[in-house]
Amino acid sequence: MTETFVPPTGFAVPGRIAVSNRAAALWQTATLTEVRRETPRASTFRFAVPGWAGHLPGQHLMLRLRAEDGYTAQRHYSIASPPGDAGHIELTLDHVEGGEVSGWFHTVAKPGDEVEVRGPLSGFFAWPGDRPALLIGAGSGVVPLMSMIRHHRACGVTVPLRLLVSARGPEELIYARKYGTETTPVFTRRAPEGVPVGRLAASHVAPLLAAEQPPGGWEAYVCGSNAFAEHASRLLVAAGQPVHRIRIERFG
Amino acid sequence: MNVTRGFSGRPRVYNAGLPPGQYDAGDDWPVLSAEVTPDLAPADWSFRIDGLVAEPHTWDWAEAHALPASAYEGDIHCVTSWSKFGVRFGGVSLDAFLDAVRPDGSATHAVAYSHTGYTTNLPLADLTGGRAWIAWEYEGRPLPAEHGGPARLLVPHLYFWKSAKWIAGLRLLDHDEPGFWEQNGYHARGNPWDEQRYSGD
Ligand SMILES: Cc1cc2nc3c(=O)[nH]c(=O)nc-3n(C[C@H](O)[C@H](O)[C@H](O)COP(=O)(O)OP(=O)(O)OC[C@H]3O[C@@H](n4cnc5c(N)ncnc54)[C@H](O)[C@@H]3O)c2cc1C
Repeated sequence: MTETFVPPTGFAVPGRIAVSNRAAALWQTATLTEVRRETPRASTFRFAVPGWAGHLPGQHLMLRLRAEDGYTAQRHYSIASPPGDAGHIELTLDHVEGGEVSGWFHTVAKPGDEVEVRGPLSGFFAWPGDRPALLIGAGSGVVPLMSMIRHHRACGVTVPLRLLVSARGPEELIYARKYGTETTPVFTRRAPEGVPVGRLAASHVAPLLAAEQPPGGWEAYVCGSNAFAEHASRLLVAAGQPVHRIRIERFG
Repeated sequence: MNVTRGFSGRPRVYNAGLPPGQYDAGDDWPVLSAEVTPDLAPADWSFRIDGLVAEPHTWDWAEAHALPASAYEGDIHCVTSWSKFGVRFGGVSLDAFLDAVRPDGSATHAVAYSHTGYTTNLPLADLTGGRAWIAWEYEGRPLPAEHGGPARLLVPHLYFWKSAKWIAGLRLLDHDEPGFWEQNGYHARGNPWDEQRYSGD
């Protein structure tokens, strides 16, 4: 038995960037400036946050609402906007049935309202634009991945980027009109004429890890519900993606 | 902070067991790991304690199960705001493992690491005195893999990211050394009652 333990599997991935602990600890006022509908169940909320420290695509923040009796509710939300949108951030929220925070956003919030945010948080899921990125998301799990796509476009980053995004049907596909050739939508219930219906499968993932694999391989980013994250990460492992190059964000 | 216009929150029943900023997740048990769930069979599981100890030791599944059984029944709290009441874990008290390796008087902290390479740091005082377990049963059944099975660390009085899934070992140190989330902005200790969520809280 050796003195020092070496983990048998390779998950020892450091965060991609150092997180500013100061920014993570500080609550700031965010003023809602615009609400844009994305799908019948999801909208994008744009905020002015003058003191925002900046973020990398893939990071999230903590958002807090406060009731008159002092009760507070806080939830994590991924940042949809790319870095470089100085003093502004955008979040995209699903309207969760009976949801306390998303319910307030979808039924009460209007421009001029103030909420509190702290962050950005977690460098683990961040993508600075350095390595080829294979993004796989479902539902609102596409939010941090969209920040990466926007960053890729805005900065003219040349490393390859691919997105597989799963939605029940075209009307539920968040950011549907914003995708380019980097994106393959996967529809699980209803699809336009001629597009197959079915869940994300090995046939979607395998070609990306064979014929379309860039030199040096992909950094994979998986985001969505836990069930989706389990499914997608298993497909990646089965197709040969090394476990230490799969980053997962689970929305719970 | 100012009151959020038009936000009243859910009707609230006062619950003395709920730390500040937490909500009762009821029957839900969200999975929040940044890793691929490993395929780790009990036969491939082991648990080691080394560092500042008189006798480093590694237990395999059978040896760990030969130690006196100890259960935890109570609440757990996740930094992402959910708490879960009255859950039951079975395993062995960490004291039983620590007694066997005889920690050095200079040991003040530990780094817990998993079979996947995840790490988290804890003051040694939070791991002793019947407050921490190596757990392999949940509600009388084997702990599911996505919740850390075959075995996880269980430190229920701290936020749950401290309860490393797929636990592989503890290294005892004479200083604090930030683990995976702690390097990513999370608090060094993580006491839910003091809302120690992020570094600086
Ligand atoms: C890192 C991270 C990033 C995330 N990013 C996003 C994002 O970009 N977009 C997004 O939409 N979401 C995101 N989420 C999910 C988000 O944090 C919230 O979980 C989600 O918005 C639901 O919050 P809510 O307050 O609306 O619902 P909650 O009030 O938390 O309710 C969730 C569910 O539980 C039930 N429930 C919970 N408590 C009670 C209770 N006391 N009484 C009755 N019912 C209850 C509700 O009916 C509902 O079905 C992210 C999560 C994480 C961890």
